[in-house]
Amino acid sequence: MNEYQYDYQTVKGFIVSCLFWGVIGLVIGLLISIQLWNSDFNFGEYLSFGRLRTFHTNVLAYGLGIGAEFGIFYYLVIRLTKRPLLFPKLARFHLWLFNVGITLAAWTLLMGYSQNLEYAEFEWPIDIAVVILWVIFAINVMGTIFKRKEEEMYISLWYIIATVVTVAILYIVNNLSIPATLFKSYHLFAGVNSANVEWWYGHNAVGFLFTTPILAMFYYFLPKSTGLPIYSHRLSIISFWSLIFAYLWTGAHHLVYTPLPDWIQTLGIAFTLFLIAPSWGSVVNGYFTVESDWSVMKNKYLTKFFIAGITFYGLQTIQGPSQGIRVISSLIHYTDWVPGHVHMGTMGWVTMVICASIYYIIPHIYKTEIYSVKLANIHFWIVLIGQLMFSITMWITGIQQGAMWKMTNPDGSLKYTFIETVTANYPYWQMRTIAGVIFVVGMLFFLYNIFMTIQKGKKELAAKLAAANA
Amino acid sequence: MSDNKNSIYSKALLFTLVATITVLIGTFVTMFYPMMRAEMHPKLENLQPFTPLQLAGRDIYMREGCMNCHTQTVRPLKADVLRYGDYSKAGEFYYDRPHLWGSKRTGPDLARVGGKYPDDWHYQHMANPQAFYEKSNMPKYAFLANKKINIEQTVAGLKVLGIPYKPEDIEALKSKTEMDAIVAYLQQLGTAVSKKQVVLVDEKSVEEKSPLSGKADAVAEGKRLYQLECVGCHGKNAEGNIGPAFADTGRSEKELFVLIANGLEGAMPGYANQFTREKIWDLVEYVKSFKKQ
Repeated sequence: MNEYQYDYQTVKGFIVSCLFWGVIGLVIGLLISIQLWNSDFNFGEYLSFGRLRTFHTNVLAYGLGIGAEFGIFYYLVIRLTKRPLLFPKLARFHLWLFNVGITLAAWTLLMGYSQNLEYAEFEWPIDIAVVILWVIFAINVMGTIFKRKEEEMYISLWYIIATVVTVAILYIVNNLSIPATLFKSYHLFAGVNSANVEWWYGHNAVGFLFTTPILAMFYYFLPKSTGLPIYSHRLSIISFWSLIFAYLWTGAHHLVYTPLPDWIQTLGIAFTLFLIAPSWGSVVNGYFTVESDWSVMKNKYLTKFFIAGITFYGLQTIQGPSQGIRVISSLIHYTDWVPGHVHMGTMGWVTMVICASIYYIIPHIYKTEIYSVKLANIHFWIVLIGQLMFSITMWITGIQQGAMWKMTNPDGSLKYTFIETVTANYPYWQMRTIAGVIFVVGMLFFLYNIFMTIQKGKKELAAKLAAANA
Repeated sequence: MSDNKNSIYSKALLFTLVATITVLIGTFVTMFYPMMRAEMHPKLENLQPFTPLQLAGRDIYMREGCMNCHTQTVRPLKADVLRYGDYSKAGEFYYDRPHLWGSKRTGPDLARVGGKYPDDWHYQHMANPQAFYEKSNMPKYAFLANKKINIEQTVAGLKVLGIPYKPEDIEALKSKTEMDAIVAYLQQLGTAVSKKQVVLVDEKSVEEKSPLSGKADAVAEGKRLYQLECVGCHGKNAEGNIGPAFADTGRSEKELFVLIANGLEGAMPGYANQFTREKIWDLVEYVKSFKKQ
């Protein structure tokens, strides 16, 4: 056994930070869900839907999602390389810069400084800060991997390397812009080309911020929390390479039926369908890992988080490709089906696995047990109900919306005016707000449990020290 | 595994290189390669660069995040073309940095909104959308009318985008509000493609007199449709606003039908694309009900 003095301060810092940003992003999510069915909840220019929706997606993607990834990756890397981080002080600086960066970024979005590129809204000064942040992270993580003590790199490290490299390429290329003032720039790319670059980025940001990093966590924490080895190493290899190869071809499925040249659309759709295979490679690998002993579902409370998570990943990667097909796209594109799809991924897969990873890490760092398994189980079931209710209501109303847009009378005129297709969503949007509240309540159980575990760990350490001194 | 030492999974640098090349293949074929082709940079012949006022409006459109709810691309699908007009052409977006096609239609598509309504419609609708559609979920943008255009930013934008402008254009911006700018931007959207009404009713096919004459149901249905679509311009009780009051239309029943069906260029959109003939006659009956008094 290694008895290095691992520095977990940065890991803790990122976990606490990501939870903080998570709460803010979720609360704003609730507010914008209300704004959709009652415009009176738009409060002046800074708190209107147009700015807050961008705030919601960015604070959760960058604050909660990437914040958690930074923290958990620092943990994974030192465990899997069997050595401390190469530059612990740089990591500490990274943590502070991250929080300052998200604070500034969130402020600029409320001010309306936005590039209007989805998931790349930050204006150019923030973009530069993000790149610096990522380079600092990359130097530390890659450096530690290069100087590792464990010869063979475990699956999670493959996914971490792919994430570090690909996000850098994506982010830099798509954010190339011509600054006009400190807070205003124009995309280097124009029109059709701008759209193609943006969705090459947009889709792969999902791939390399919400798929590969989460798979890195999944492949490490599933065996750790169940005590069962990954079912097939060969399947992991095939899934990994085919996933990172195919992902980059698929961005154009976001641009079906737009003026983008047809061949790019078709290529995007074809590779999107292919992507089912590597995605399900990991799903099958997860299931068969637990297949050897299903009792862990009952005995080890974290197992169900990972199995539910990988199940939603599996559903997501079937639903996503089917949405790319032209005939289905023509019905559901631009409707609320899509937020339903996105939230199955973010709430059911990403958040589920991140929470489970944090449940594993925090007691481990504080050398204690989880405060309450019962509360963790309550958290699991509440977020599961909230998420299912959210996605299912959105799918129903999305199909209704798409159908109402299309329906025609026998004489060929449209059956519904636009406003009729909007107000028909209201009951479903109200249900979605309720679903959101349920989900947030579940997350509060999680926060409380983590907070109490930290307190418990600190108390136990104090007691041990007191006993040693006595 | 027996040959751990020689496997790529034991060589971090090699692994990183191979992974990088793997992700660059699709990137090259679907993103970099198209960029080098002319088909990605088309321009319609009569497409004009933004005027200073329109560019200021576009900047405001971006600042307010309008793209979160409005798309700017009409798909080549029957229902899309019926509702919004001619499908979007690649050459219409030459000056769009970035594109604003969007991904969600919480509100309607705006690719062909230019010239669909008179300016007054936009001024009033931006300030209070609920006066037009009672249950609309669009936020109110009345504050735009109280804000002066950020001229410094607009000029900087014109310069970096290489859009030609005259000093008097900039001078003119001084008296304009942000509301003027966003309306100017909206009114040019999609106008590079010559406007054509997708559905036009042939006047010759329209009866001289309403076939629903005297039917109470028709007036009631007409009133419902009126409340849904027409109150913004003609007033809650048809007292008139942007459009005229109904008490003094002075048009024949046939003329009313053709007007509602085909619209009036630049003043009123036609409704033949989304109302059946029966519904249009219902509306005519409702309009007629004001005459009797």
